[in-house]
Parts: sequence; C-alpha cells; structure tokens
Amino acid sequence: MEIPEQEFLAAGHRGCAGCGATIGARLALKMLGENTVAVSATGCLEVITTPYPETSWKVPWIHVAFENSAAVASGVERALKSQGKDDVNVVVFAGDGGTADIGLQSLSGAMERGHRIIYICYDNEAYMNTGVQRSGATPYGASTTTSPHGKESFGEDKPKKNIPMIMAAHGVPYVATASISYPEDFMKKVKKAAEMEGPAYIHLHQPCTTGWGYDPSKTIEMGRLAVDTGAWILYEIVDGEFKVTYRPLQRKPVNEYLNAQKRFKHLADEEKEKIQNYVNQVCAELKI
Amino acid sequence: MKVITANRAIAEAVKLSKPKVVPVYPITPQTTISEYLATFVANGDLPAEYIRVESEHSAISAAVGASGTGVRVFTATSSQGLALMHEILFAAAGLRNPIVMGNANRALSAPLSIWNDQQDSISQRDTGWMQFFAESAQEALDLVLQAYKISENENVLLPSMVCVDGYYLTHTVEPVDIPTQEEVDEFLPPYRPKHAYLDPKDPMSLGTFTDPNYYMEARYDMEVAMEGAKNIIRTVNKEFEEKFGRKYDLVENYMCDDAEIILVAMGSICGTIKAVIDNMRKEGHKIGLLRVIAFRPFPKEDIYSTVKNADRIAVLDKNISFGIGGVLFNEIKAKMDVDARGFILGLGGRDVSNDDIRNIIKITKESTESDKINWIGLKEEEV
Ligand SMILES: Cc1ncc(C[n+]2csc(CCOP(=O)(O)OP(=O)(O)O)c2C)c(N)n1
Ligand code: SF4
Ligand SMILES: [Mg+2]
Repeated sequence: MEIPEQEFLAAGHRGCAGCGATIGARLALKMLGENTVAVSATGCLEVITTPYPETSWKVPWIHVAFENSAAVASGVERALKSQGKDDVNVVVFAGDGGTADIGLQSLSGAMERGHRIIYICYDNEAYMNTGVQRSGATPYGASTTTSPHGKESFGEDKPKKNIPMIMAAHGVPYVATASISYPEDFMKKVKKAAEMEGPAYIHLHQPCTTGWGYDPSKTIEMGRLAVDTGAWILYEIVDGEFKVTYRPLQRKPVNEYLNAQKRFKHLADEEKEKIQNYVNQVCAELKI
Repeated sequence: MKVITANRAIAEAVKLSKPKVVPVYPITPQTTISEYLATFVANGDLPAEYIRVESEHSAISAAVGASGTGVRVFTATSSQGLALMHEILFAAAGLRNPIVMGNANRALSAPLSIWNDQQDSISQRDTGWMQFFAESAQEALDLVLQAYKISENENVLLPSMVCVDGYYLTHTVEPVDIPTQEEVDEFLPPYRPKHAYLDPKDPMSLGTFTDPNYYMEARYDMEVAMEGAKNIIRTVNKEFEEKFGRKYDLVENYMCDDAEIILVAMGSICGTIKAVIDNMRKEGHKIGLLRVIAFRPFPKEDIYSTVKNADRIAVLDKNISFGIGGVLFNEIKAKMDVDARGFILGLGGRDVSNDDIRNIIKITKESTESDKINWIGLKEEEV
C-alpha cells in the first residue's frame, strides 16, 4: 500500500512521548488529504495539538466542546453542502469518553441523520486528558483513578461498552474497528470511509503510555498485543456485512497483553482467567 | 400586511434573511417557528439545510459548526432548550459566530411551566450574546433582520437573541407588514466572513486551547465588541428606518420627557403599560415608560438620559435572581444614580392587569423602601 508522504498533522505538539492518539490522527489525515475539515472533541488530542497561538493542524480544524463534536460536524457538513462544497471530507476525532459517554447522544443523532461525516473515535480506554478516569470504554479489570483497585475492588467492574455495534445498529453504512498498530488496515478503512455516500464510524484502538502504564517506546507493540491476543478485534461492517479484516496467525494468551501494563498489574489470576475466557468466547464466535 | 403571530413573523424574517443552515429543535412555545421553517424548506421557499437535530444542545452546536464555515445560520428555542444550550452559547460568542436565534420567552422548571416570563434569556446574559426584546410581532420580524446586520458587522461579530414573550407574542396574531425580498436584499447583503472560517483553501484552527497568557485578551475583545455594538445598533436602526420606515433604538421613550414616574420594562408587557399611561395621562398623571429593547449590550446611557429627570422610576422584572431581586432593576441601580423601586411580576405566565400597573405606580410613589423586592400579583394566601 502506498502511504502518502504529505503530512497534515505537524510535529511539535504537546503529546506525551509515544502518544498513540497523534499517530492515529496523522495516519487518517494522510489518507483524507487537504480537502478536509476536522472537528475535535475536548480531550487529549485537542489540547495537545492546539496550544494557542500554535496549531498542529494543516487542515481547517474546529473544536467547540466535549460532547458535541458529531453535532458540530453535522453543521459543518451541511454548511459545506449548502455552498456546493460536497467534496470536502468532514472528519471527527473524539476520544472514547467524548464518544461512548458524554457524546453518545449527539453521535447517535448525527449518524441517524446520515451526514456524510467520518467519525473516528480514538479509544485510549479512559479519560486521559483529565488524568485517567474510567469511561464506558474502559475494559474489565483496568485500574483507573475513578475505578481504582483496592481491598474492595479489582478495578473497572464492567466490560467495555460496544460502541461500534451500537453504530452498526444505527444502520451506519460503514463501521469499522482499527488499531494504530495496524496502519495499513486503518488507512484502508479511512479511505473506504471517505468514499461512502453516508456516515462512517471508525473505532480506533490507541495505546496510551501514560494511562496504561508502559514504556513510551512500546506503544505500537502494545497495540499489536491487543490484536494478537484477541483483546481487540479488527473488523469492518459494510452496509451491514460483517468481516474480520485481520486474523492473528496464532492467538497469544491475553496475559501477555495484561501483564505488560500497569493498569492490569493488580489483577488476580482468577480475574485474568475471566478476561481470557471472555476473549476466547468472542474469538470463537468470529473464528479467530 | 398579514395578520400573523410573532412566531410566524420570525419565520418570515428568517426566510427573507436567507440563512443557509437552520438547525432547530421544537419546544413550546417556540415550536411553530420550527414548523414554519421546516415547511418553507420543504416547499422550496427557503433554500436552506434544515437539520433535524436531536436536542437543543446539538442545535446550537450544529449552528456553531455551520457558522464556522462562514454561512448565515438561524436557530430558535425557548426556556429548557435555551438552558440546555447554555454551555455552547459561550462557545458561539467566543468563536465570534454571528448566529441569530429566536427565543420564545418561557419560565424554567421546576415547577414545570410552559408559560411566559423572561428568566430563560435573562439567565444567559453573561454568555456574550446580544439580546433584543420585541414588543410586537412586527418588531420580532424587524429585529431579526436587523440582528443579522448587527451581528455580522465585522466590529461586532457576536451572536444575537431576538426574544418574544411566549404566547403573548408567539401565539397572538397581529397585523404585520412583511417587506419584499428585494427590499431585504438591499438592506441585508450576503454574509462574507473576513477573519475566521473553515476552508480547506485557507486552513485555520478555531476554538484552540489557550493558557493564561492569551485567554483574557479574547474576553476583553468581546467586551469591546459588545460596547461598540451600541453605536452599530443605532446605525443599523437608522438604515432600517430609511428603508422600511419603522423607527428603532436601543430603548423606546414613551412619554418620558415630562414624566414624574417612569416605568422601565421589556417585551409585550409594555403594551399594557402604554394603555395604562394613556388613561392616566388623561386623568392628569405624568407617567412615562422606558422600554428596553436591547438588554445586551446594556444601554445604560440611553436609560439614564431618559429617566434622570423623573422623581422616581419603577423597574419591572419578569425574572428573579434569588437573593437580590429583578435583574434589570439591579443592573439599573448598579449603573446610575436613580431613585428606583423594583417589581417582580408575571412569573410563569401570571397575568398582569391594568390595575396591577396602576398599583405599581402607586407603590412607587408611596414606598420608602428602595431595596424591597415588590411582588405583584402574588396570592399571599398561598405562600
Ligand atoms: C461538559 C464537560 N464535562 C467534563 C469535561 C472535562 N473533560 C475534558 S476532556 C475529558 C476526558 C476526555 O476523555 P476522552 O474523550 O476519552 O479523550 P482523551 O482525553 O482520553 O483523549 C473530560 C472529562 C469537559 N471539558 N466538558
Ligand atoms: S495521556 Fe495518553 S493519549 Fe494523552 S497525550 Fe499522553 S499518551 Fe497521548
Ligand atoms: Mg480517552
């Protein structure tokens, strides 16, 4: 696959070393190109890329608030349409909190209305910008600052909310999961999303060195481990047709993924086994 | 001349203003605005993108996104809807989006009420929006046309709220002169943003993250724009008068020049007050009314110069800031040296009769307590 050289997310942003969020935005923008307007929800990506008077964004970009990026994008898309600029890509970058929790209503509305927008949820599995609080996308067992482990707690006690399937249930013509550690797979999906007549939703798994607790040099590795253990699955749903887009040759034990991160370190074998069983079950259904 | 409600008049004004994007969510008593506009779009009379958003929060968010691309935008709401928009009202003003919004003034829950007072828009006074209060359906139409011209002025670039009292205006028919499209086109040219817009040919970042080195200047700029808007409003009012023959100003002076007692109020209640003044003048009482049309920017100079020779003024508020009283009353007291009495009335649609107005005038003459919050129409036996 040919990866465009041109960059639309400039270096020099304020992200942590090894931040996966900016990798995701950078790869997506490469595929979308200059004829794009980007909308960000409040969160890490927004804050680290736009320390006024600097900006990393080489495409037009707007941020309004935390929970409304899909609604803002709706307005942008229709306004561009009203000016005959139908060919402009409107892309949203919102975190898992801005998507699965506080922004779910506006996302649902926008998807239902069928705007031609590409909504990319960069999922680092917690509210990182505000210091690693749990979100609806925080996985079972993860310790966060609002779901800490302790004498009475093993961390987050609910499984991850399945937003891509909620999007699929909206009849969104293109729904996909992706990982920053599988750039070709992700970028192909962005391209497909941009070619859709209607809305597209991509749920991008994005390791976060600070929130997950691993060495900044291991961001890509961490994303791969998630996929290779089956803890994160890469698929797409095109017009309702489900397809796994990447199958690890040999699925690794989920412990390899869990033990590499501080947020799971406290888990007892019993809890880890539960996670493995859950992963096995999902993978069996998908023949992974 | 058509006999229509203020909601219809607002919708007609919107059609004549040709916004490109209209995100709206229905709420009583604004609802018919959202319906008229949907019908205009459906029939091809208004070539706009009507976005059927799932909430008012999304209505104003979509409005901000659309306005960000540099097109004219309209939305409308009321009460709970305006409160739900609160967070994004700040963003719209801070991003300097010249959005125009119709607000059907209605009380806020709890207890739930669908009837009129002005608590909703008054509670948004610090968001950076201009606020204009109409007295009639004709004014509602005229103020929408002028609001676009004022908001889009490059030295203002702040959004506007045109407020109409729920039911009293939104659902009451009156004769309204609807200007022709040609006239409006001459008065209100298309909006062309000069400073900030989303265009792939000229990329810029809007709504960035500012540290303490930059934030205050952005707020200061807004204050300068809001103060400066007063003169621009006057200029636009003049242009409007030349074009359409109807006179506007930041305030209306109704028989104030020789008045001993002046009432100060906003919105539809002023019709009742004028009727009472007409009668009392015949009885030999020198009473006047100062009607505040622009609540933001706050026309303190215009208010003071009109009321300063009165013996006393009575300020009527259809809102309350608990613990201090009516907002208009307190703002006037804070800004000028006048002998004023404050009245809270009409909350949640409580009727205000001619006798109530006469009573207010009586209390104003007699009361020695300048700080007292006087409740009018309160059923004492039920409190
Ligand atoms: C209405 C509102 N509530 C809370 C916040 C505080 N806040 C800002 S960003 C954020 C978390 C963002 O989490 P996520 O969407 O996952 O993005 P991330 O920072 O992880 O990239 C929170 C809680 C806010 N800005 N606005
Ligand atoms: S906290 Fe995580 S998501 Fe945020 S900048 Fe750091 S690495 Fe990136
Ligand atoms: Mg997050």
